[in-house]
Amino acid sequence: MPDTGRAFQPVEIASERCKGCELCVGVCPKHVLELDLSSVNGIGHHPVTLTDPAPCTSCALCARVCPDAVFTVYARPRVA
Amino acid sequence: MTTAIVQPRVIYQRPSVLTDRPTHYCPGCGHGIVHRLIAELIDEMGLASRTIGVASVGCSVFAYDYLAVDFVESPHGRAPAVATGVRRARPEAFVFTYQGDGDLAAIGTAEIVHAAARGERITVVFVNNGIYGMTGGQMAPTTLLGQRTTSSPTGRDPGLAGYPIPITEMLALLPGVTYAARGSIADPGEIGRTKAMLRRAFEAQVWVPGLSIVEVLSTCPVGWGMTASEAMRHVGDAVVATYPLGVLVDRVAEPAGRAEGT
Amino acid sequence: MTQSASATALAMPAGAEHRREVRPVLMKGNEAMAEAAIQAGCDAYFGYPITPQAELLEHMARRMPELGRVFVQAESELGAINMGLGAAATGAKVLVSSSSPGISLMAEAMSYLAGSELPLVLINVMRGGPGLGSIGPSQSDYFQATRGHGHGDYRVPVLAPASIAEAVELVADAFELAARYRTPVMLLADGIQGQAMEPVVPVYRLPSWDAAAWELGGANGRAPRVVRSLHLSPEDLEAHNRHLQAKFADIAAREVRWAEEELEDAEVAIVAYGTAARVARTAVARGRARGLRLGLLRPTTLWPFPAEPVRRLAERVRAIVVVELSAGQMIDDVRLAADRTPVFFHGRMGGMVPTPGAILDCARTAWALTEARR
Repeated sequence: MPDTGRAFQPVEIASERCKGCELCVGVCPKHVLELDLSSVNGIGHHPVTLTDPAPCTSCALCARVCPDAVFTVYARPRVA
Repeated sequence: MTTAIVQPRVIYQRPSVLTDRPTHYCPGCGHGIVHRLIAELIDEMGLASRTIGVASVGCSVFAYDYLAVDFVESPHGRAPAVATGVRRARPEAFVFTYQGDGDLAAIGTAEIVHAAARGERITVVFVNNGIYGMTGGQMAPTTLLGQRTTSSPTGRDPGLAGYPIPITEMLALLPGVTYAARGSIADPGEIGRTKAMLRRAFEAQVWVPGLSIVEVLSTCPVGWGMTASEAMRHVGDAVVATYPLGVLVDRVAEPAGRAEGT
Repeated sequence: MTQSASATALAMPAGAEHRREVRPVLMKGNEAMAEAAIQAGCDAYFGYPITPQAELLEHMARRMPELGRVFVQAESELGAINMGLGAAATGAKVLVSSSSPGISLMAEAMSYLAGSELPLVLINVMRGGPGLGSIGPSQSDYFQATRGHGHGDYRVPVLAPASIAEAVELVADAFELAARYRTPVMLLADGIQGQAMEPVVPVYRLPSWDAAAWELGGANGRAPRVVRSLHLSPEDLEAHNRHLQAKFADIAAREVRWAEEELEDAEVAIVAYGTAARVARTAVARGRARGLRLGLLRPTTLWPFPAEPVRRLAERVRAIVVVELSAGQMIDDVRLAADRTPVFFHGRMGGMVPTPGAILDCARTAWALTEARR
């Protein structure tokens, strides 16, 4: 769960499950998903990462297209 | 001054019916998406405790490792017959088969036709990617004309290898079929529409006697020699020209038509 | 003959008059075997018409729906056996029947049934082969039945009745063996047994059956189960095969059955099963009447084959005569067990049936040629 002490993360990514297929990169309307070429996960792929949480609208197109169900998507909370 | 933070609402999370096991499918393979849709529906419709899946032979032979429901493995092509035995012996179960294009439209043609003719109360999930992935990318009955595969290296020639078979259109003719539809996973919009088709097919099994089938146009990036995204575009651009999307028959709203002769 | 538990009188076969004491009913073999399966609690029957067992399917078509049980005439034998596999996976008592060419189609599924450890009873009413062959009786599927039938390292218990009444008993035994060892079991009959009519006392035994530990039914309050035969890792598959081999060794140690007739002082022994054994029985009687000391060893399990009884027999007699409705298949197993004792053969093929006279001639020849072994 996102920590309230830092910037809200609309998307959680199970990096160890990601196969770097880039389907999510292609469908994200805000272009905030990219493969992290600096790291390799346990199954030998560059996992996807959220480059900037601010533009993300939690549209969940990434989650809808992901064959490995790596995404958990949260609605941006309103501060009362 | 305190700031009251509302717990973030979950918009999407991994369905509970998907096991934790990483899949063996290639990056971007459509099977992962279809498995996920099935898992979402089993979760949403509360079917897990009475589902018995019938796994078939092909890349998806390990479906039973990824979906946390009872499963029986079937010989290649025989899944509709195995499912017939399961359903008849366990009338209270929710039974589905998960089959590729070779399993359903080549070696298993007799079994699917007759399960449909008998109106067996099962749901068939037919994943059509026009190629035999597991065995190295050979031609399938649903391979497109001109498509290069390892057993049609110069492109499918109808004079030698005939034409892609519209098996779902053929099955839709049978009165025992309550619902037959074709969707794709070419983009999130189509994925959503395909999920609605699968939901309707699952509901058909629950509500009325008869066989329901959803053909899902899927991808094989490695077999097709494309990136995952290119493969998705290929489905949307080329495959749908041979295999049009849409609902072919929906008899679910009506009473089971066989007795009335419809 | 081994017999277990007390015989329980269940419902009379449809059409039989109710009587205070149980009297024999004249029944066609195919129908008798079908009714025996029903009385043994068969939950599901799948089949396809083929001569000479179509009446078995027809009897099931009439009776199973009457009882609210499952009957499906499949699109082919391939469909039938795979429906059987599916139903068996849910813990149902399943019967599938066919005749030789249809049994060939079932080889793949039998291998899957054995690998997945599913119980199922398969009745083969043998006809002439190879290929489309004839509709006459034969025993030419012995190799197919006892040598695994499909691909891979597996064995299937094979029961061979020599009368319709015995077939009725063996149907219940077959279900029990299937459940006890989680294996498909074959009952090998022939066209004569399927078509003939003989007296059957309609008293049936309910075999024990417990599938609760492995059957599929929806993972309601328990972890999901998978019934499969795929074990991709070589280490896993070898371990699984070792487990199967241990099971087959267990069956071989405990379930061998055979009958001996007039073997105590026999000089020449006939080894035969099924219809061949019945004809041989007549040959034995005629031989004895003429002063020739003949006897009969009748295997009732073809797998596991009664090798040890045959070996002991071979030590006592001067010759063995094997009689089969085939070119000679069981004879291989007899020769293996008989070691140095000469083994002679008399057989007919294509639907032809050996005559007692011809068997007696063969036994006389065997006796004459083994004069030196007295």
